[in-house]
Amino acid sequence: MNINLTLFGQMVTFAIFVWFCMKFVWPVILQAMEEREQKIADGLDAADRAMRDLEVAKGKATDQMKEAKQEAAGIVDQANKRANQIIDEAKQQATAEGDRLKVAAEAEIEQEINRAKEELRASVAGLALAGAEKVLEASIDEKANRALVDKLASQL
Amino acid sequence: MAGENPASTTEYIQHHLQNLVYGKLPEGFERHTEAGAEVLTADTWTMAHGAAEAAAMGFWAIHVDSMAWSIGLGIIFCWLFRRAAVRATTGVPTGFLNFVELVVGFIDGSVKDSFHGKNKMVAPLALTIFVWIFLMNLMDLLPVDLIPKLMVLAGVEYQKIVPSTDPNITMGMALGVFVLMLYYNIKIKGTGFIKELTMHPFNHWAFIPINLFMELVGLLAKPFSLGLRLFGNMYAGEMIFILIAMMFAAGAGTGVLFGGLNAQLFGTETSGIFWLAIFILVCGVCWMNLQGKISTGRTVLLTLGLLTVAGGVFALGGGLMQWGWAIFHILVITLQAFIFMVLTIVYLSMAHEEDH
Repeated sequence: MNINLTLFGQMVTFAIFVWFCMKFVWPVILQAMEEREQKIADGLDAADRAMRDLEVAKGKATDQMKEAKQEAAGIVDQANKRANQIIDEAKQQATAEGDRLKVAAEAEIEQEINRAKEELRASVAGLALAGAEKVLEASIDEKANRALVDKLASQL
Repeated sequence: MAGENPASTTEYIQHHLQNLVYGKLPEGFERHTEAGAEVLTADTWTMAHGAAEAAAMGFWAIHVDSMAWSIGLGIIFCWLFRRAAVRATTGVPTGFLNFVELVVGFIDGSVKDSFHGKNKMVAPLALTIFVWIFLMNLMDLLPVDLIPKLMVLAGVEYQKIVPSTDPNITMGMALGVFVLMLYYNIKIKGTGFIKELTMHPFNHWAFIPINLFMELVGLLAKPFSLGLRLFGNMYAGEMIFILIAMMFAAGAGTGVLFGGLNAQLFGTETSGIFWLAIFILVCGVCWMNLQGKISTGRTVLLTLGLLTVAGGVFALGGGLMQWGWAIFHILVITLQAFIFMVLTIVYLSMAHEEDH
């Protein structure tokens, strides 16, 4: 347990190893570690940013989808409305056409009736004349008159 | 290996605690060699044979084993970490680099926690201290007899493989730290350092001698406590390993037939080799079991048989105790390396701060 030269030998050795470590070991390793730390931090940052971007893009996509859906719904609505309108218009047109046809038909019928009436009137007048002629020709026989008048009446 | 008698037990411990010393034997010193006594006619630089010669060398001696292990471990540290530094990239770290970065990160954290000045040297200093002391302490976990025995076989008389159980080593590092403390105290504070020494804690000129005394004691206590704490812890740990090893050896003495037979056949000196052989055999048996060549039941029987041959269950108990203490000691060696490092940082931090 005697103290001797070993003491100084160890001091010198110690100094040399510390110098070596300070020169060739510590800075190299620490620098590598710090650079890696920086790199990892950058990487994480980038990942975060990408995540945020993704989030934003997702939001945007959802918005666009919603818009598109709304637009589509609007278009369908409009189309439905338009279809109803067309149907209504067609109905109205059909009704108007029907009415018009009915009026025309009625007018024609009226016309026919009038013509028939005219014809009837003409033929009644003829008949009456013919009947009167007959009556005047065959004198008056009650019975015969009677029959004639009846005949006349039935011809009316 | 020690036998049962106290003399050889003492010898065993002393042998374990003796460094391999190279130094200057003074003129007129009487050396006892195998050839007989010999009186030196001039100062001689030589290897010491035994504690008496080592003591006679006094200050002009060097612990070759401590220095060799300490420098060797330091070189291992530098080599490993330099290799990691060369391979360090900003990419994904793998394998050993991961481990090195863990250590570097841990020490960087510790330094940033307690050192707030600007100094590029403190962190590498802390790293060197931590890893180097840890490696030196780690030598304690090698079986106490293994390397000294092998060294004896190789013709080297003494070998203490744990440098941190040598006060020269621990105090050498503590003094290194002390020199740095003084340097930065003077560099950063200039005359403020003298003022700190003379005007604290009583700020009056009449108290200067008292202040100086108190502050100097405080200042000197730092390196001493630093070095001696590490030394004390490691020395005590080593001592316990040696004591357990002696019980282990005593187990061999009292053990069943072959322990004694071994001593009869080969003498106590080769017991270590015997233990090594048994250890290798047991490892072999376990390995064969792992390979699936023999069943577990047979493994247990073979192991127990080998251990019985090697000196009985008592020896097994000794082995278990070594093992248990080694596990506990892992905590101690790490903790001591850490404490040395943290205190170094704190002391240097104090040297950098104006007010305390």
